[in-house]
Amino acid sequence: MYGAIWRVLPGPTWLKAIEALILALAVVAALFLWVFPAVAPLLPFDQQTVE
Amino acid sequence: MTTAEIAPPVRHRRRRSGGAGSAFVGFLGELLITAGLVLGLFVAWQLWWTDVEAEQLQVTLSESLDAELPDSPAVVAEPQLDQPPPVAEAPLDATTFARLWVPRWDSGDDPYRRTISEGTDRATVLDVLGIGHYTDTAMPGEVGNFALAGHRQSHGKPFYDIPTLEVGDDLVVETAEAWYVYKVTDSLIVSPSQTEVIAANPSDPTAPPTAATITLTTCHPLFSTRERYIVHGTLDSWVPRDAGRPAELGGEA
Repeated sequence: MYGAIWRVLPGPTWLKAIEALILALAVVAALFLWVFPAVAPLLPFDQQTVE
Repeated sequence: MTTAEIAPPVRHRRRRSGGAGSAFVGFLGELLITAGLVLGLFVAWQLWWTDVEAEQLQVTLSESLDAELPDSPAVVAEPQLDQPPPVAEAPLDATTFARLWVPRWDSGDDPYRRTISEGTDRATVLDVLGIGHYTDTAMPGEVGNFALAGHRQSHGKPFYDIPTLEVGDDLVVETAEAWYVYKVTDSLIVSPSQTEVIAANPSDPTAPPTAATITLTTCHPLFSTRERYIVHGTLDSWVPRDAGRPAELGGEA
C-alpha cells in the first residue's frame, strides 16, 4: 500500500519525500478537522451529563 | 552459459511466488500499523487538539458575550440578600447567555471565567461552546436548580478542577441582569443514571423547590465516564448588574 503510493508519486526521491510528507499532513488534518469531530459524539469516551 | 540462462527464471519465479503471499501479509501489516496510528492520533486529538480549539473559541464567545451584556461598573456593590433576584427567560438552544466565575479556580491574575450556553447536546453545546445549561432546569437566581454540565477533560475541560471545590466556595454566575453568588454546599459522586441530582430540589427530589440552587455535573474519574462528579450550591446573595460587581470576585470597593 505505502510502497504503491511511493511508486505512484512523481519526481526524484527528494521530491517524492516532500510529496509524501504533504500527503501525510493532509490525512492528519482531515482526521483532526472532520473525521474525529464527527465520530467522537458516537463514542462512549467522554460524557458529562446525567441522563 | 546454460546455467546462466536457467538461473534467472528460477530466481524470478521464486520472487513471484513468494510475492503474492508476502504482498498480502505486507498489506495486512500496513493496515494494522495505519489503524494503530489513527488510534494514537485520535487520543492526541481528544486530549490536546480539542482543548486548543475550545480555548480559541472561548475567547471569541467571551468577547461577543461582553458585547451583548450591559456594562457593569468595576466597583464592589452592596450584596442584595432580602429581595428576590431578577430571573430571565430561558434562552434558545445553543445560545450563550451567562458566564461562570469560580475564584477557587483562578490561576494567578487570570480569573476563571467561562461562558454558559443553553442545552447539553454534545455536538452543538458541550463539545464546542463549553459549559451547558440543562434545558428546563431553573435559570440563575430562580427558585429551583440551575443545573450545568461541562467537560472534565478535553474540549477546554471547564470542570477539570472540580474536586478542589470546598464547602463555602463561591460560584458566581453573571447574566445580563445580575451577578448571582452561590456557595458550595456539598460534592458527591453518583452514577450517570442518578438524574435526581439535577432535580428542582436536589436535597429532596420529590418535593417542590424551596431555594435557588446550582448544580455542576461532569464525568468522573479522569479518563473514564463510569461515574459523575456533582457539586451543589445555594444562592447566597446577588448584585444588580448596573450597581457593580460582587465582592467575591475581588476588586476595589
